[in-house]
Amino acid sequence: MNDANNRSRSGWGLLWLGLTLVALAVGFDKAMTAPTEATMGNLQRIFYYHLPHVILSFVFPYLNLGASLLYLWWRGSNRSRALAADAFALASAEVTVLYATIGLATGMLWGRAAWGIWWTWDARLTTYLLLWLLYVSYLLLRQFSSTGQTAVISAVLAIFAAVDIPICYMSIRWWRTQHPAPVFGGGADSGIDPGMLPAVWWNMAAWAMWGAFVLGLRYALERRRQRQSADDAMGYLGSAQVLSEAR
Amino acid sequence: MSYAGHVWMHLRKDLRLEWRSKDAINGMLFFSLLVVVVFALAFDPTAYPTVARQISGGLLCVAVLFSAMTALNQSWARETQNGVLDAHRLAAAPLSALFVGKALANFLLMTAVELALSLVFILFYNLHPLGEAWKLLVILPLGTWAIVVNGTFFAALSLRTRNRETLLPLVLLPISLPALLAMIQATTAVLTGEFEPTLWIKLLLAYGVVFTTVCVLLFETILSAD
Repeated sequence: MNDANNRSRSGWGLLWLGLTLVALAVGFDKAMTAPTEATMGNLQRIFYYHLPHVILSFVFPYLNLGASLLYLWWRGSNRSRALAADAFALASAEVTVLYATIGLATGMLWGRAAWGIWWTWDARLTTYLLLWLLYVSYLLLRQFSSTGQTAVISAVLAIFAAVDIPICYMSIRWWRTQHPAPVFGGGADSGIDPGMLPAVWWNMAAWAMWGAFVLGLRYALERRRQRQSADDAMGYLGSAQVLSEAR
Repeated sequence: MSYAGHVWMHLRKDLRLEWRSKDAINGMLFFSLLVVVVFALAFDPTAYPTVARQISGGLLCVAVLFSAMTALNQSWARETQNGVLDAHRLAAAPLSALFVGKALANFLLMTAVELALSLVFILFYNLHPLGEAWKLLVILPLGTWAIVVNGTFFAALSLRTRNRETLLPLVLLPISLPALLAMIQATTAVLTGEFEPTLWIKLLLAYGVVFTTVCVLLFETILSAD
């Protein structure tokens, strides 16, 4: 029965992947055929990739926080649910770092071409960099901690990170307004041509689907690793191996 | 015994241990002196007094932060010998009192280091603030508390991890960046006298209140993590 379950789950996963690839293809087509932007020309098309990644990298941290809180909530009462929440927290943190890295990279490429510089310490960029730093440190903590307590201390760090982000946001805004830096124009945020909207929405949907797919895949992988290590701990695998060798 | 009584006991115990061994304070003092000297070599503070005023606030905070990192791990390493930590967990006293007591002890040690450091700055950097110097008496304790409360918490969190000496700065720095930014800005404001530090003092206060609450609430969870 377990096998049948697994098969139907991977069937759904493949279907989802197929739909995602179709959406990505449509998104690519829309992004390349959208009207050319007046001042930046074709350069602006990176916007259709930059925007979804940045917006989604602000969504995944909430999933991480939610899963971490659920983990702490279920830790004492429901062990298996707590482990599932922990696997989800890990997966969402990894996807956060992935999307934020792509958001940073596309932003830097765009900035280099449009402004002539890779980076500027402006409020948004700095806050975004801090978000990235926080979740990289979360992943490092998970890597460094010993198995028995990884879940608890990383859930605690996730709460700290979530509390930190609004404070970061405010402090950096104050910092930048007190020392005004040259304001770099550009960015198609303020009112875009309606012809560009399909490209924005298709890419947004496609990258959200892709993010969900990667998250699901990573979650399944982490669940499998958890089961494996539980089996190892129970000595189940060891005895199975002995049995098969004896046969 | 009341909660404050427990905190007081822990505080006294930590200070007495430090007084007898002087492990942390000697290391911190010398380390922060070295940081200041190294930066003085990197740029000449007496030749450029304006530049010195603009960056001394940042230097002071960086020296404080780095020297805190050398000491915070030690303050918990003491508790792991002879299974003292497990005894704490078994004891009837509230666990967070242990945390608050230790954070206060670390705070007092850091304050002592800062007093010595400010003397070094006056002597070696020829520094005299152009703003209202008394505000430093508010800014520095608030900033130190913000760093120390999170630092003590994360040192306890990384207590049983592999290579915890590396891990502490990696976790502590991203979380305390807003506090560090506020502390640096406020100190620079006082030293240069160019702008008002009030906003940054408020931010430090808010940061301190928020994270002290979070630390006290979550301390028991991380201590019984295994």
